[in-house]
Amino acid sequence: MPPTPDTIYFFGTCLVDLMYPQAGVSAMQLLQRAGVKVIFPPAQTCCGQPAWNSGYRDEARSVARAQIALFPKPIPIVIPSGSCAGMMKVHYPELFAGQPDEAQAVDVASRVYELTEFLVDVLHIELQDLGEPLTVAVHTSCSARREMGVADKIESLLGQLSNVQRVEHARKPECCGFGGTFAVKEPEISAAMVLDKVTHIRNTGVDRLISQECGCLMNIGGAMAKQGDAIPHQHIAEFLWERTGGNAA
Amino acid sequence: MSSEFRNTVRANLAKPEVRANFYRAMDGLMTRRLDQFPDKVELERLRTQSMAIRANALSKLPELLETLEANLTRNGIQVHWAETAEQGNQIVQAILERHNAKSIIKGKSMVSEEMGMNHFLEALGIECLESDLGEFIIQLDGETPSHIIMPAIHKNRVQIAKLFHEKFPDIPYTEDVDELTQMARRILRDKFYAAPVGLSGVNFMVAETGTLCLVENEGNGRMSTTAPSVHIAVTGIEKVVESLSDVPPLLSILTRSATGQPITTYFNMISSPRKPGEKDGPEAVHLVLLDNGRSNIYSDPELLATLRCIRCGACINHCPVYVRIGGHSYGTVYPGPIGSILEPQKAGLDVHGELAQASTLCGACSEVCPVRIPIPSILNRLRYDGVRKDTANTNTVGSGKRRTLSEAATWKTWAWAATHPTIYHAGSTLATRFKGMLPTNLGAWTTVRSAPKLAESTLHQQAKHLGVDHE
Repeated sequence: MPPTPDTIYFFGTCLVDLMYPQAGVSAMQLLQRAGVKVIFPPAQTCCGQPAWNSGYRDEARSVARAQIALFPKPIPIVIPSGSCAGMMKVHYPELFAGQPDEAQAVDVASRVYELTEFLVDVLHIELQDLGEPLTVAVHTSCSARREMGVADKIESLLGQLSNVQRVEHARKPECCGFGGTFAVKEPEISAAMVLDKVTHIRNTGVDRLISQECGCLMNIGGAMAKQGDAIPHQHIAEFLWERTGGNAA
Repeated sequence: MSSEFRNTVRANLAKPEVRANFYRAMDGLMTRRLDQFPDKVELERLRTQSMAIRANALSKLPELLETLEANLTRNGIQVHWAETAEQGNQIVQAILERHNAKSIIKGKSMVSEEMGMNHFLEALGIECLESDLGEFIIQLDGETPSHIIMPAIHKNRVQIAKLFHEKFPDIPYTEDVDELTQMARRILRDKFYAAPVGLSGVNFMVAETGTLCLVENEGNGRMSTTAPSVHIAVTGIEKVVESLSDVPPLLSILTRSATGQPITTYFNMISSPRKPGEKDGPEAVHLVLLDNGRSNIYSDPELLATLRCIRCGACINHCPVYVRIGGHSYGTVYPGPIGSILEPQKAGLDVHGELAQASTLCGACSEVCPVRIPIPSILNRLRYDGVRKDTANTNTVGSGKRRTLSEAATWKTWAWAATHPTIYHAGSTLATRFKGMLPTNLGAWTTVRSAPKLAESTLHQQAKHLGVDHE
């Protein structure tokens, strides 16, 4: 087993920065509590994915280039999002193919971890559940599932929590219909998808919805809120921090 | 832009019966496929092998097509090349005229749909009868296929029963699937014997032996290719494989990926017309090889993977967009994820480029693709081609045609802000501070969702108190 790194870079993602900062804070706290020093380069903005997925590769590249410059040390880069991690790990090498800084892009890509992946596979984190009994539904993001191949990590983390019962919902692996700009460019299809997802999750009767992706949470949570009576939703990092006594500490 | 797609989507989303039909069918197909691959390692091995077979064939496509033509010709099969759909139709027309044929009976062929062959021939007074049960049903209703494997999958049993009763009022009404099937079978049986020409598609063409392979379940393909005295096969140039040993792995993964069947009911291998002393088979066999934009796709190393497709429809069956809008919404012959990459390349990004947007890039399609076509990557590439400025560097038809000044300006501004951290953070801080003043109506987003709530303060602000290192 390779030695556990004592220092990592944290990439917060723009959605976490603006909408779900508590997810980012909790993620950093989980890492710090596990004895890992966290470096959070303040000049970070966005991974470039929105432009990349919209076909604006030159714009995506200039934004990506600015991020790459922030992670010079040969240490892991941990990201609390499957899709931003996927952007850096899978698409940076494509985006920079043939460019003068291709090697730096490939180097950054090789050091990227999605948060739950890092907690499970690298830190082998052990969690002690201090919370009251609770039922949850898990929505694994498509990027975490298919692009990063780490969908089982969130399950394994939740599996460590003795008082948390996971309830499966219908068509669980199906996309929630967010897809970044898809939700805006194809609003009717996206609406049909998210409304079905909301129905499936509601049908479980769970207390809370957990995901490793703030984009999906914003989409599903927003649809639930519009209907009224939203099931509380949380990023996995925030949930883990709360369940393991983080807030009391 | 292409509001036709948007309008059809809206109309189909509003039809609960159609959506229910698709859900039922797709859930069943997904389960059946999964049951066919109990061993994940074996599945991945077979996918890699199948991908390699198809990639190998495409890597030497011109050479294999020459070998194929030589061997088919040696076997007595007449080969015709069509660069466009129109040329393909004219070739078929010429063959029919030579045999003085006024009608044809068709097995299932998506390439003939691509050519618009039925319309073309019917305008010449030639009757085209579809003999695949699904195609027969949609032909009765004046529709087009909504799926490449199961053309009438958007209809349920009761709808089909009503349709049959309307078209064949002399036959008693029934909702029994077996009886309905028998009814179609009886109607078609005489047609098979009477038709002078049968037409089919092709699943694989084997270059080394000059063999046409045809996969089917109903026996109508076998009838169409043997009962009439002339058989015309039409297919795309990409369907060639190098050798006979390439076929079993592809066949094995095709049926399991498509319908969840371990094996197909009929597998036809057509190697020649009827030989002296043989009791059945057509006296003449023709193969029409259609290009229709495929050579252009072939010329781009990244887009070439599109042509690996073996038309199993697994990507369609697993697509969360397709299941909701149905095949007809796409307005193209090939629907779903494969259609969304194939059709914009064939017709041009200016014509069908919007289909490349009709995906969340969730990756369910590429996860199940038996030949590992990276559909999301190709969608991404087509989105790029649609808006790129350096159109001279790509052969994709309609490149740059989707670029609008306003969208380009938006991304340029976004990139400027995201590469100037001070500006970016000032903007995000301002947004959180004055979030009460932000609009709650965000157009499309807020139709079914509440407006996203900005946090009280950004992560960047909160991290300052966390004791993290900011180097």
